[in-house]
Amino acid sequence: MPGVAHVLGTLLAFFGIAYVVPVLTSLVTLDGKAPVFLLAALISSGTGLLVRFLTRKHSRELKPRDGFLLATLSWVLMSLSASIPLLLALPGLSFTNAYFEAMSGLTTTGSTILTGLDNLAPSINIWRHTLHWLGGLGIIVLAVAILPLLGVGGMQLYRAEAPGPVKDEKLTPRITETAKSLWVVYTVMTIAGMIALRMAGMTWFDAICHGMSALSLGGFSTHDNSLGHYNSLAIEMVMCVLMVAASLNFARHFVALRRLTLQPYRKDPEARAIAAVLGVSIVGITLLLYFEGTYPVFFSALRHATFNVISMATTSGFVTENFDTWPAFAPIWLLFLTCIVCSTGSTGGGIKMFRTLLLARKAGRELKLLVHPSAVWPVRIGGKPVPDHIGDSVLAFIFLYFVTVVTLTFAMLLTGLDFDSSFSAIVASINNAGPGLATVGPSHNYSELTHTQTWICTAAMLVGRLEIFSVLVLFTPAFWRK
Amino acid sequence: MKIIILGAGQVGRTAAYHLSREESNEVTVVDINEDTLRDLQDRLDIRTVAGNASYPTVLEAAGANEADIIVALTSADEVNMMACEVAFTLYRTPTKIARIRSAEYTNRKELFSEEALSVDVFISPEELVTDYIEKLIKHPGALQVLDFADGKVRLVGVRAKKDGLLVGRALRELREHLPKSDARVVAIYRAGRSIPPKGDTVLEQGDEVFFLAASTDIKRVMSELRKADSPVKRVVIAGGGNIGFRLAKALEKQNQVKLIERDQRRARKVSELLENTIVLNGDAADEELLIEENIDSADVFAALTNSEEANILSAMLAKRLGAHKVMALINKPSYAELMESGSIDIAISPQSITIGSLLAHVRRGDIVRVHSLRRGAAEAIELIVHGSERSCRVIGKRIEEIQLPEGASIGAIVRADRVIMAHHDAVVEADDHVILFLADRRHIEAVEKLFLGAAIR
Repeated sequence: MPGVAHVLGTLLAFFGIAYVVPVLTSLVTLDGKAPVFLLAALISSGTGLLVRFLTRKHSRELKPRDGFLLATLSWVLMSLSASIPLLLALPGLSFTNAYFEAMSGLTTTGSTILTGLDNLAPSINIWRHTLHWLGGLGIIVLAVAILPLLGVGGMQLYRAEAPGPVKDEKLTPRITETAKSLWVVYTVMTIAGMIALRMAGMTWFDAICHGMSALSLGGFSTHDNSLGHYNSLAIEMVMCVLMVAASLNFARHFVALRRLTLQPYRKDPEARAIAAVLGVSIVGITLLLYFEGTYPVFFSALRHATFNVISMATTSGFVTENFDTWPAFAPIWLLFLTCIVCSTGSTGGGIKMFRTLLLARKAGRELKLLVHPSAVWPVRIGGKPVPDHIGDSVLAFIFLYFVTVVTLTFAMLLTGLDFDSSFSAIVASINNAGPGLATVGPSHNYSELTHTQTWICTAAMLVGRLEIFSVLVLFTPAFWRK
Repeated sequence: MKIIILGAGQVGRTAAYHLSREESNEVTVVDINEDTLRDLQDRLDIRTVAGNASYPTVLEAAGANEADIIVALTSADEVNMMACEVAFTLYRTPTKIARIRSAEYTNRKELFSEEALSVDVFISPEELVTDYIEKLIKHPGALQVLDFADGKVRLVGVRAKKDGLLVGRALRELREHLPKSDARVVAIYRAGRSIPPKGDTVLEQGDEVFFLAASTDIKRVMSELRKADSPVKRVVIAGGGNIGFRLAKALEKQNQVKLIERDQRRARKVSELLENTIVLNGDAADEELLIEENIDSADVFAALTNSEEANILSAMLAKRLGAHKVMALINKPSYAELMESGSIDIAISPQSITIGSLLAHVRRGDIVRVHSLRRGAAEAIELIVHGSERSCRVIGKRIEEIQLPEGASIGAIVRADRVIMAHHDAVVEADDHVILFLADRRHIEAVEKLFLGAAIR
């Protein structure tokens, strides 16, 4: 394992560079938190470099299976590192909550245990959003793109972290180039998003923060009332566009930007399914809200339905209205959407649309086979047949996903929480969405949970972000056998 | 003409047979299998060379230096293309024809342009056969549907039935029945023998009638000869080989297609490539499978596997189980004749389909298209008349004035996109496409001389 430790050290040292953002912010806004962040950077990079130095003889010993261990450990350790400045800057914050906040940031869940966000030091706010942004497309993917020294196990690392069932799709022959292309697109889109938000009426600071959390489908905001704080149609519309864009496969964005055409989206079965599901959900919920009288004005119903459906479905978790008080169908439907909508290769969480489509097709095939027992029916997504082994792995994934949700929900119930809160907290956490229902609903936040409950949610976020397999494989005896 | 045929497979052998029958041709066949060649040489008057068809030494031994035409018909596209390339580079062979099966190549026409591959003409037997079957399915009731002048005119073979309006009446009544459409009966076969179609010929039930008509009129003319069949909806194909697969691909958009393939891996592959076809893994001669898949409601059952015996058996079985019309791919002419008179509705002979398009390129002069009919006994050809009244014996003449050999008749003339049915007073002009029917293909040379007199020398 010294090979893993070596790369882990490198990653931690590399992560230290991220502290540049809050340090600079602190220097500009003079909020006095710069030393805190410098100290945290020093601890992170210092430890990293020390480990790297101690294991320098094992620099090239990464085995394919080490990717999983590395991915899980690096997320655990980076969250740890990210929680240091929170602990130092916010006296009274428990380690549990600081770690939860950091993990929620990095996994782009966006559930927060902090209150009084509006009065938080700017550098701390920007740090939370930076975590979102780094975690969005995957910090290991970024490392693969920038650090040539990770070259050896590049693909393994990439695979362990990248979302979706089909991970061998490369944009370029070299994984470093692929990772780099994705990050370039991501960065360009984020900057464009920031400018659009500024033009829609945010302050520069808010625009930068929300740009990062929108593109990463995070959900942190600089305000306690989230996006509801602005009550601005323009801002909501810009956010909707950004969130939908981020819920699509970034590989499509890359091709679309390079060739300047919309063709890649039109041909992408996931993108089409996402558009259909979002469209139907928005129309349905708008009508529900209007006819149930939640919003007597049709336009308000449409506006709030659109924003909250998109925000929840894309697993962002920004809130403009307390949807927990909407007719029961709506909040549960939103929670359901967090599971299925995001695309493979997006910054969102959940089962991913590809797997949803695949399962639907697989089920459809079984029905057809009842009528034509000798028929040979490949499962197709977007006209292309999907190899059986991917189908099998998706089935296994879904099973593990539900087992995880059920197990963790029971764990929450054991701690004495009510069912609505338990179940929704787990679903929202494993999908990296953010707000759940009841105690963890849009008008509350996770600070009301006990420490045990917080830790369970933290685990759910990590497992969800690394798509279960990468984490669970570490708990199989086969993984550790020499 | 000196012709080299590469590959002595089904198509290669048939080509050798047809080409060597014509006196003026010298045919050399090259194949890698010596036994096949020995067997072939015993039966045909040809020269054979054993070896890899694309090797220069082998081509040289086959006389590539003097050859006028090289026809590459081996089973490998790549060998065929390479052989043409070698023949052109080393021996400057004027005409190079290659069989290319893979759509990967044939879809990219620019590969076969002047400056690219040295293949002058490519033929794709599977594509030709598929087109042929597709046309049969689109014209239910027809035995044969052949295109002329890019599909503007079609030659259709139909077996007359007593519910046809014209059956039992004289041919000249056709014009009265169909005043708006123009059609011409070019041949009638009664009990396997050709009878010349005249105005007063009375059609009988069971006659095989060949008529020429503009593509749009075919349905109306056919209803004169037999009650119109309902359009085909449900098609069952046996065999997921190249032909079966292509046919399914061509039909699956408009029809309900089921395809039965025995090999599991091939079935899987085919199912991935086809989108709306139900691919079934099983034996086409398995009665239970056929019943389970409602063979009794199938409009067409086409047996297109590699094995003609299997095709015959499964087609007969399907017919007995209630399939409306059954077709079978049959290579041996003797089998085909045996079957078409009995339990199988249409026997499809891949060679005679392929050989037609091959012959068009091998024949002298400006022959655009040759279709073999009745298993090679008869021929329908489309040729372009060149020259002036002085250099060519048919230009400026009325059709009744042209002295055609026995059994030959002019069916239609296509003049700059316009189809003119060949009534006795129509006049042939320069650059006309003339469509001729030859009841006896031995008269081909006389016809060629008559029409292309000047062009040949």
